[in-house]
Amino acid sequence: MELLSGADMVVRSLADEGVEYIYGYPGGALLHIYDAIFQQDKVQHILVRHEQAATHMADAYARATGKPGVVLVTSGPGATNAVTGIATAYMDSIPMVIISGQVMSHLIGEDAFQECDMVGVTRPVVKHNMSIKSPEEIPMALKKAFYIASTGRPGPVVVDIPKDMTTPTDRFEYSYPETVKLRSYNPVSRGHSGQIKKAVELLLNAKRPVILVGGGAISANASDLVTELAQKLNYPVINTLMGLGAYPGTDRQFLGMPGMHGSVEANMAMHHSDMILNLGSRLDDRITNATEKFCPTAKLVHVDIDPSSISKTVAADVPIVGPLDSIVTEMLKLVKASKIELDTEAHDAWWQQIEEWRGRHGGRYRTDDSEQMKPQQVVETLCKVTKGDAYVCSDVGQHQMFAAQYYKFNKPRRWINSGGLGTMGFGLPAAMGVKLNFPDEEVVCITGEGSIQMNIQELSTCSQYDLPVKVVCLNNQSLGMVRQWQDLNYESRHSQSYMKSLPDFVKLVESYGHVGMEVTKLEDLESTLEEAFAMKDRLVFINVHVDPFEHVYPMQVPKASMRDMWLSKTERT
Amino acid sequence: MRHIISVLMENEAGALSRVVGLFAQRNYNIETLTVAPTEDPTLSRLTLTTFGNDRVIEQITKQLNKLIEVVKLVDLTEGDHIERELMLIKVKAVGNQRAEVLRNVEIFRAQVVDVSSTVYTVQLVGSSKKLDAFIEVIEAANVLEVVRTGVSGISRGEKVLSL
Ligand SMILES: Cc1ncc(C[n+]2csc(CCOP(=O)(O)OP(=O)(O)O)c2C)c(N)n1
Ligand SMILES: [Mg+2]
Repeated sequence: MELLSGADMVVRSLADEGVEYIYGYPGGALLHIYDAIFQQDKVQHILVRHEQAATHMADAYARATGKPGVVLVTSGPGATNAVTGIATAYMDSIPMVIISGQVMSHLIGEDAFQECDMVGVTRPVVKHNMSIKSPEEIPMALKKAFYIASTGRPGPVVVDIPKDMTTPTDRFEYSYPETVKLRSYNPVSRGHSGQIKKAVELLLNAKRPVILVGGGAISANASDLVTELAQKLNYPVINTLMGLGAYPGTDRQFLGMPGMHGSVEANMAMHHSDMILNLGSRLDDRITNATEKFCPTAKLVHVDIDPSSISKTVAADVPIVGPLDSIVTEMLKLVKASKIELDTEAHDAWWQQIEEWRGRHGGRYRTDDSEQMKPQQVVETLCKVTKGDAYVCSDVGQHQMFAAQYYKFNKPRRWINSGGLGTMGFGLPAAMGVKLNFPDEEVVCITGEGSIQMNIQELSTCSQYDLPVKVVCLNNQSLGMVRQWQDLNYESRHSQSYMKSLPDFVKLVESYGHVGMEVTKLEDLESTLEEAFAMKDRLVFINVHVDPFEHVYPMQVPKASMRDMWLSKTERT
Repeated sequence: MRHIISVLMENEAGALSRVVGLFAQRNYNIETLTVAPTEDPTLSRLTLTTFGNDRVIEQITKQLNKLIEVVKLVDLTEGDHIERELMLIKVKAVGNQRAEVLRNVEIFRAQVVDVSSTVYTVQLVGSSKKLDAFIEVIEAANVLEVVRTGVSGISRGEKVLSL
């Protein structure tokens, strides 16, 4: 057997795991590992400009591919800088392995230079974490980390490695384990067939059904199956913010997104339905509105890989725990074999009602109340220019909601956003992570002038690694989402929600060697976007000046049911 | 309602803090907590008592089960079970009080485990209620110090919680 140092074992284990890129930033505790990285060429290291960006790059790679992203950060400040990104991945169930350096074992607990209890700090925001106690453990620990991160309900796993575990002169026998088994961790491998049968009976007997598709369907790669099931039944489909793309966004059966900024037809249909087939949505507060008023007439079937997501916020009538792909496959089989006749009369009436709701609002917005371009117009034009087929990585704010509402995703894993934690600063590094791994695909970052400044330093990383993403900044000169709430609830007292002293973005990006463009008039929008996307190998930052007073609608009325919405600044349901 | 949740978990550094952290993080309460290795030194047995409605208890058990180091768990209060807690209590005992304390010790089947001229140290094993009752009969002014282990429990009959 080969003898390797701990540092070499870290890098070799990653190579043997099939990892192509790791995202990181060096420091004292990692020097041995960085030296090992230098002496091989299997694993490529991407040097970011801030550790948070490393986590978002790895996270976006995972969202786009389903495979765990890998991050390498040093002890102390390097590790704490990564925490926001770890929490972001945790909230959206994204597989990720984070290797953090740690001070030497004998210094732990002595408040040594750059010591931080990373295992303690990250405990509430990881699926699991561990620290290495002896170098021989490294291959097995990493194998476990990848296994835990990517199976069951995926999530981030932190492996904390004290510097003395990686000393180059201490060598040990190395072999990378092929499999790993943990007696205390056995993700469910199939759903309960009795429960699945019950669910299918409810589904086939429903008069006003909806199929709700969450991020779990994307994570289980079950989009095709879900689409087949929905189309076989001709039932209306609603994708959550995390589920966008799981069911095609341009299809007639698609009603849009539910929840706080969901479409009228989606929220109305859910509220009035008599049966909800929930495939992998955890029904969080941004969807349900007041849980005690949630969908009063609906029977709820809830399919989830994580039992704790079921009946957490809303009690399920038929809970089914297990992998979504195999459960939907079984449902399809039962539906095809079933003798139950669908109540097509009831379904026709249901569709008629839904079309009426769709007609009531249908994603319209006012263009006559301002001289300036509307952010919705920008997203619609972007969707047109990219043929609805780009990877769209979003930051957080109004622009994120406009992107979710107006970019029509027909494929899963193309819409990449921080849904659960809502992390401003996510968009640009996420776009970089996708572009690096899909160099031939169109990758866009939709952002705001607020969010982009939270990780703008990564423009430098983009120059270094030649990452020609397109950044579309919906510049409303304000923290728009905050301002909207202040307009609605605080009599427009805009406390700290303005953005003064903005940089000249065009000059700024040019200083990094990229291309900057400015759009102020609607008539220039499409041609400028065309021009930008024609520059295949350049990063182009398009600063689009949009109406600073626009609000995101529909917007659910707080503490009410799903159907209670503001449709514009003046109309309510 | 009060529940006794008994957890079999890996005897690893950090496992206990994960359990305790979970309760703090998710706003669940812990009334008592005891933990020690089992006959198999790689496993620990942790018993905790908590209060909550059915929904909260369901979430607590599901969230505990999700922790990677948790092997198995049982809500003992769902079935017949035995519950024990041990208490060491120092009681002021001078003059007439000495006989009075001893009488209560006898009634409760407790034991005096240490004696000084003014103090009895009493050991009592039983359900938490029984321990509460003993503290009550020794008037508050005479109780000098109370140390309780927290609840341990095991189910009755053939049922076992093991690998
Ligand atoms: C790191 C972080 N800090 C604060 C917030 C709260 N927050 C949510 S949206 C928002 C405003 C975002 O402004 P901008 O990026 O310009 O987007 P806009 O809403 O104007 O489209 C803020 C401050 C957040 N989500 N993330
Ligand atoms: Mg803004």
